[in-house]
Amino acid sequence: MSTVTVSKKRSIWDGGVSPLNVSYGKMMMWFFLLSDAFTFSGLLITYGMLRYTHPAYEGDHDKFTFSTEYWPIPEKVYAAIPFIEGHFPLVFVGIMTFILILSSVTMVLAVEAGHRMDQKDVEKWMLWTILGGIAFLSCQAWEWSHFIHGEAPGTLMPDGTMFMGANLIQNQYGPPAFADLFFFITGFHGFHVFSGVILNILIFYQVATGVMHRRGHYEMVEKVGLYWHFVDLVWVFVFTFFYLV
Amino acid sequence: MATVNIDLHKSVGEYAHHDDHHEEHHHHEESFITKYIFTEDHKMIAKQFLLTGIFWAIVGGALSILFRLQLGFPDANLEFLRPLLGDWITTQGKLDQNFYLALVTMHGTIMVFFVLTAGLSGTFSNFLIPLQIGARDMASGFMNMLSYWFFFLSSVIMFISLFIETGPASGGWVVYPPLSALPQAMPGSGLGMTLWLVSMSLFIVSSLLGGINYIATVINLRTDGLSFSKLPLTIWAFFLTAVLGLLSFPVLFAAALLLIFDRSFGTSFYLSEIYINGEPLHNVGGSPVLYQHLFWFLGHPEVYIVMLPGLGITSEIIATNARKPIFGYRAMIGSLLAIAFLAFIVWAHHMFVSGMNPFLGTIFMFLTLIIAVPSAVKVFNYLATLWRGNIVFTPAMLFSIGLVSLFISGGVTGIALGNSAIDIQLHDTYYVVAHFHLVMGSASFFGMLAGIYHWFPKMFGRMMDEKLGYVHFWITFIGIYMVFFPMHYLGIAGFPRRYYSWTNFNAFDTFSDLNAFISTAAIITLSAQLIFLFNFFYSMFRGRLAPENPWRSNTLEWTTPRFPGHGNWPGKIPTVYRWPYDYSKPGAKEDFIPQTVPFSATPESNLPHENEMIELEKEFAK
Repeated sequence: MSTVTVSKKRSIWDGGVSPLNVSYGKMMMWFFLLSDAFTFSGLLITYGMLRYTHPAYEGDHDKFTFSTEYWPIPEKVYAAIPFIEGHFPLVFVGIMTFILILSSVTMVLAVEAGHRMDQKDVEKWMLWTILGGIAFLSCQAWEWSHFIHGEAPGTLMPDGTMFMGANLIQNQYGPPAFADLFFFITGFHGFHVFSGVILNILIFYQVATGVMHRRGHYEMVEKVGLYWHFVDLVWVFVFTFFYLV
Repeated sequence: MATVNIDLHKSVGEYAHHDDHHEEHHHHEESFITKYIFTEDHKMIAKQFLLTGIFWAIVGGALSILFRLQLGFPDANLEFLRPLLGDWITTQGKLDQNFYLALVTMHGTIMVFFVLTAGLSGTFSNFLIPLQIGARDMASGFMNMLSYWFFFLSSVIMFISLFIETGPASGGWVVYPPLSALPQAMPGSGLGMTLWLVSMSLFIVSSLLGGINYIATVINLRTDGLSFSKLPLTIWAFFLTAVLGLLSFPVLFAAALLLIFDRSFGTSFYLSEIYINGEPLHNVGGSPVLYQHLFWFLGHPEVYIVMLPGLGITSEIIATNARKPIFGYRAMIGSLLAIAFLAFIVWAHHMFVSGMNPFLGTIFMFLTLIIAVPSAVKVFNYLATLWRGNIVFTPAMLFSIGLVSLFISGGVTGIALGNSAIDIQLHDTYYVVAHFHLVMGSASFFGMLAGIYHWFPKMFGRMMDEKLGYVHFWITFIGIYMVFFPMHYLGIAGFPRRYYSWTNFNAFDTFSDLNAFISTAAIITLSAQLIFLFNFFYSMFRGRLAPENPWRSNTLEWTTPRFPGHGNWPGKIPTVYRWPYDYSKPGAKEDFIPQTVPFSATPESNLPHENEMIELEKEFAK
């Protein structure tokens, strides 16, 4: 290796230490998230490609009606909120998004409390995070339910029948792919949130019983924190693709 | 995390140096179950992967013989296989046509994923990464164990699918929809396909668990002094293989999930406007080409997931047995990196005839042909390493040289196939079959065999028999060329792959002898593997006892005791001072200087800049 330039100082990459100054567990979490990001990318690319192959609505925005002929305008689809009649485009999903982002903030506070070794604070913020996650999932359940049941009177299907609501085979809002992708991608994301809530509960239990404190560090909180922020970040993309674009 | 404080740093530091804790409790007695079954020792997990891989190789090889019988001897009566295959033999004594499709599908699936991904990477990444970087074990022994058991579960499900009534998946190993998405399309698209998807999902989980472990281990647990520029090329190859798997398998996972929904829940991601048995299906708006894009985004990197470990193993074995430093160490790393990068941007060259935009085809053709450059760099470096070397022809060395040969002959046809215009003629013919069996299948298989012969002494503390190794090598090497070389002619003549029979086409009559020849060669080649199996299992128990460093090699694994315990080194982990390829260094007493020998101990052979390193070594000693 005659081309090696010799530096007299030891480099952090010379072995014997963890060069990035992270434990293997945290590094593995990062790599897992990288991998998971590719799964979601695959799904969002699928969304993009299928949407691109369907015609968009060309007419006047105010005169929009649902039809299986073209891709619907998102804010016409997601315009309901619970208990109140009326047209509130993207209000409910905005609330959902806000809740999820807020739960990321509380997660940051839990991690920060962990650095201070403040068990009470970690418990408090973990609990808020868990509540945020459950609130998001509940909102999603309501939204799914509304999406599935639909709005009267429904839309004329290609086979001549009227159909209201949505399932994996047909839906009143647009082409079948619209509902397929909605169910699959928000469902896949929802499953991630659900797993995150379960993980958070496990960690909360360990924090509350003092396991972390005896261990001397709250790194596990940090690891599930990474996961939680990732799930949040993915939602930002899902939100953009499904509701805004 | 911007607010990491001192406490955490301390705990992280402990993680990196947890070796000392290890030493205290790796001597305790282990039960049979924790030692051989649910073990967290990377060496035992490697052996588990190896044995499972060998089992699958036998199954995959046997399947290929079954369909070669049909192709080579279309008139033969296969009644004698009825005890084995039952109703898959028709009343006329022929192979059932649907079963034929199942055979080629399962042969591909098994060989690509279960043998050459899990069997190859799983074995050697597990075995060599901790040993060659000087670590006590993988970063997470528990996840490593899970990785094997997910693979095992996946194997069991795939194996069961061979025996169900409708037969295993039979839409080709790429399982393109709509064929794979419609259970009514063919028997093999029923339960067999479902099991295939379940099995592959578990397989992906296994490869993910393994992959992040390999990556974290290589980054975090290298011993003192072992920088990335001193890593053996094996480790570089395993590291990049793991990165490839980490980034490409999740996309297959996404594709498989969507396919499951299309199959079972009526969605239309890949399906559109299909009539089956005269009945229209409800599906509209899906795109089968979408599946092909998603699949090949995994599928192409998968080729390199299969290939890179073999190339890494070969680099190590050729340098050791040519008693010369590997030629162009940095170029070898650079070409590995280049191949790994290019792997992600060439996938659509599998889809030139899919109806994709021809302009895209031109771009992918251009990118594909660039791969020839790093591949050629590797080949020339191997040849230059061999050039005027003091070559020791161990069986491992023969298989490594064989790999280089196969890599060249299979690679050259890759340049032909990469051209989108030529590919229109050759697509899905035996030319393609010949190409990838040489460059990816056989070459990687040779890498695996070379690795087994080379590291057998470290795995089992005994030597494999060399004479049997030579016989095994020559029959296999010649046999593989006899099998795959004639296939190029079949392909140019237009023989399509995956066809049950071509006796109905008069134009192909002249090739029936050639097909019989190929089948005969295949049977002989596969039979020669029995020699290997005998050698492997016999040597495991009765082989000559291995010395500590039988190949007079430089790397760290040969500094461990003959039977390394869980923890690998009984005392302190050795420190590394030099790169792994100081073979036949001018002035040196021996023709090899292990990585653990400091420059201060070899003043007679040091180059000027290495003398300057002596200063630095004092820091390592602390």
